[in-house]
Amino acid sequence: MNEKAPKNPSMDSLEKQIDAWRAHLTKSRAISGSDVRELEDHLREQIASLTAQGLSEDEAFLVAVKRMGAIDDLTREFAREHSERLWKQLVLSREGGDRGTESAATNGSRKMWVAIGLAVLAGIAIKIPALFGMPFAENKSEAFYQLNMGFFILPFIAAYFALDRPLPKSATLWLAAVFVLSAIVVNAFPFYPTRGAHTHFLTSLHLPIALWLGVGMAYVGGRWRGNDRRMDFVRFTGELFIYCVLIALGGGVLTALTIQLFKAIGINVEPLAQNWIVPCGIAGAAVIAMWLVEAKQSVIENMAPVLTRIFAPLFGLMLITFVMTMVLTGRGIGADREILIAFDLLLVVVFGLLLYSISARDFLAPPGLFDWIQLILVVTALVVDVLALWAIATRISEFGFTPNRVAALGENIVLLINLAVSVVLYARFVRGGVAFSRLCNWQTFYLYVFAAWAAVVAFIFPLIFGFV
Amino acid sequence: MSINKDLVAASSTPLVLAILAEGDSYGYAILKRVRELSGGELEWTDGMLYPVLHRLERAGHIESQWDTAESGRRRKYYRITEAGRKHLTDERRQWKSVDKTLRNIWSGLSESTSSDGHPIPLPQWS
Repeated sequence: MNEKAPKNPSMDSLEKQIDAWRAHLTKSRAISGSDVRELEDHLREQIASLTAQGLSEDEAFLVAVKRMGAIDDLTREFAREHSERLWKQLVLSREGGDRGTESAATNGSRKMWVAIGLAVLAGIAIKIPALFGMPFAENKSEAFYQLNMGFFILPFIAAYFALDRPLPKSATLWLAAVFVLSAIVVNAFPFYPTRGAHTHFLTSLHLPIALWLGVGMAYVGGRWRGNDRRMDFVRFTGELFIYCVLIALGGGVLTALTIQLFKAIGINVEPLAQNWIVPCGIAGAAVIAMWLVEAKQSVIENMAPVLTRIFAPLFGLMLITFVMTMVLTGRGIGADREILIAFDLLLVVVFGLLLYSISARDFLAPPGLFDWIQLILVVTALVVDVLALWAIATRISEFGFTPNRVAALGENIVLLINLAVSVVLYARFVRGGVAFSRLCNWQTFYLYVFAAWAAVVAFIFPLIFGFV
Repeated sequence: MSINKDLVAASSTPLVLAILAEGDSYGYAILKRVRELSGGELEWTDGMLYPVLHRLERAGHIESQWDTAESGRRRKYYRITEAGRKHLTDERRQWKSVDKTLRNIWSGLSESTSSDGHPIPLPQWS
C-alpha cells in the first residue's frame, strides 16, 4: 500500500484532497461504500497517469476530479441505477461484503439467533404455568396472567441486553434478583377478591413500568451515568412500542385468518389459537420486536418522532379549542369518576409527544417554529389539567380515597411536575436562556421518578389498602 | 466534435460489453479503451461509466470481482457472462441494422454533403 506512506508534503496534501473528495461521496446514500472504493481506485489511476504526463499532483487531482464528473451528477446517476438504496432497507445478516466486514456480518447473524432463541424461550416460558393447571385462555387463570405477563417477556429482553452489551456480572445478578424477588412478592400478595381486586389491577399495571427500568439498566450495560445512554433507552422504548403495535396488528390478522380457514374445513382451532398462538405470539413477538429495533437502529427512520411531528400540532389545536370552548360557554369540568383517568391519559399523551420530540431534536439547533408549537401544547395541557385538578380537589372528600383514585391522582401530580418543569426549561430555551440539553437531562432524570412511583403503586399500595 | 448525450448513452451498453468480450477489465481501463477506439471523439464523464457497469451486472450481462491490482490497491474487475455475450450479439445485430439504414440514406445525400466536412448549405428560398 504505497499510497499510505507519504514521501513528501505534496503527497500528503494529495491524500488530504482525496480524503475530502471521498468524504463528500460517502455522504450520498445512493453511492455505497464499495462504489466509493471503486471510484477512488479510478481517481488514483487517473491521477497517476496524469502525473506521469508531467502534471503536478494538484493539477492532476483537479483534472481527474473534473473528469470524474460533478458529485451531484454522479449521485443522481447512481441513484437512478440503485433507487432501492434510497429506501433504507433492513438488512438482517448478509450485508458483509458491502459495508461492514465479514466479522460484523457473522456478529449480526449471531445476535439474530440469540434473539430468536430468547423469543422461543419466552414462548415456552409462558406455556409452563399451563402444566400446573393454569391454561392461558381460562377465566380462573386470568388474574395470574394479568399479574405475571411482564415476567414472561421482560426478563428475556433484559437477558438479550445482558448478553449483548455485556452487562457486568454483579449487575446481572442484581437484576436477576430484582426480577425474582418482585415475582415472589407480588404473587404472595393475598389480593381479595382473587379476581377483580383494585390493588391487583394497579399492581398488574404498574409492575411492568417499574421493571422496565431494570430492562433499561441492562440496555445501557449497567452504565446509567451519562444522560445520552438513558435518552437512547427512551428512543428504544418508543420504537419498541410502535413495533409491538405493528406486529400485534399482523399477529391479529394471522390468528383471525387461521381460525377462519380451519373453520372452512370444519375444524375449530379457536381454543388452540387462544392457548398457543396468542400467548406464545405475544411473548415471542415482544422479544423479536426488541431485536428488530436494535437491528434497524440507523437503517430506518425512527417512527416515534415522525408521529410526534404530526400529532403535536393537532393535539395543541384540540386543547386550545377545548379551553376556548370552556371559556366561551362557561362550562366547568364535571368531576366524574372517570374524569381523572381521562386527564391522566391526556398528560401521558402530551408527555409522550414532548419526550419524543425532545429525543429526536438536534441539541444544537436554534429554537424554531416547532419548539413554539410544542411549548404551546404543553402549556395548554397544563392549564387544562390544573382546571381539572381544581374541580376534583373541591370534591375529593365526597369520593373517598380508594386505591384507584389515589393512584390516578398521584400519576397526575407526577406528570404535572414533569411537564411544569419542562415548560419552564423549554420557555427559557426558546428565549435563549438555557441549553436544550438541560431539558433532556430533566427528562432522563425523571425516568427514576416514574419507575419509583410505579414501584410504590405496585408494591406499597396493596399493603396500604389491604389488598382490596 | 462532441457526440449527442443520447447517442453516448445508447452506445454505452454494446461498447462496454464488446470491450469486456475482448478480455476482463476494470473501469479505468475500459474508459481508456473507449477513448482509443473513438479517437477521443466519444467522451464520457468518467464517473458515469460505473452506473452503466452496475446496471449490466444487475442484468446478469457481466459479473464483477474484487482483486488486488499490481499497485497493491483493491480493484473491481468485470467479466462478460454467457448471457452478456448473447446480448452483445443481439445489440450488434440491431446496431448493424441501424447503421445499414443510415448508410443507405447517407449515400443518397452524399452529393449535397461536401466531403471536407463543411455543413450542407441551406437551401435558398426566394
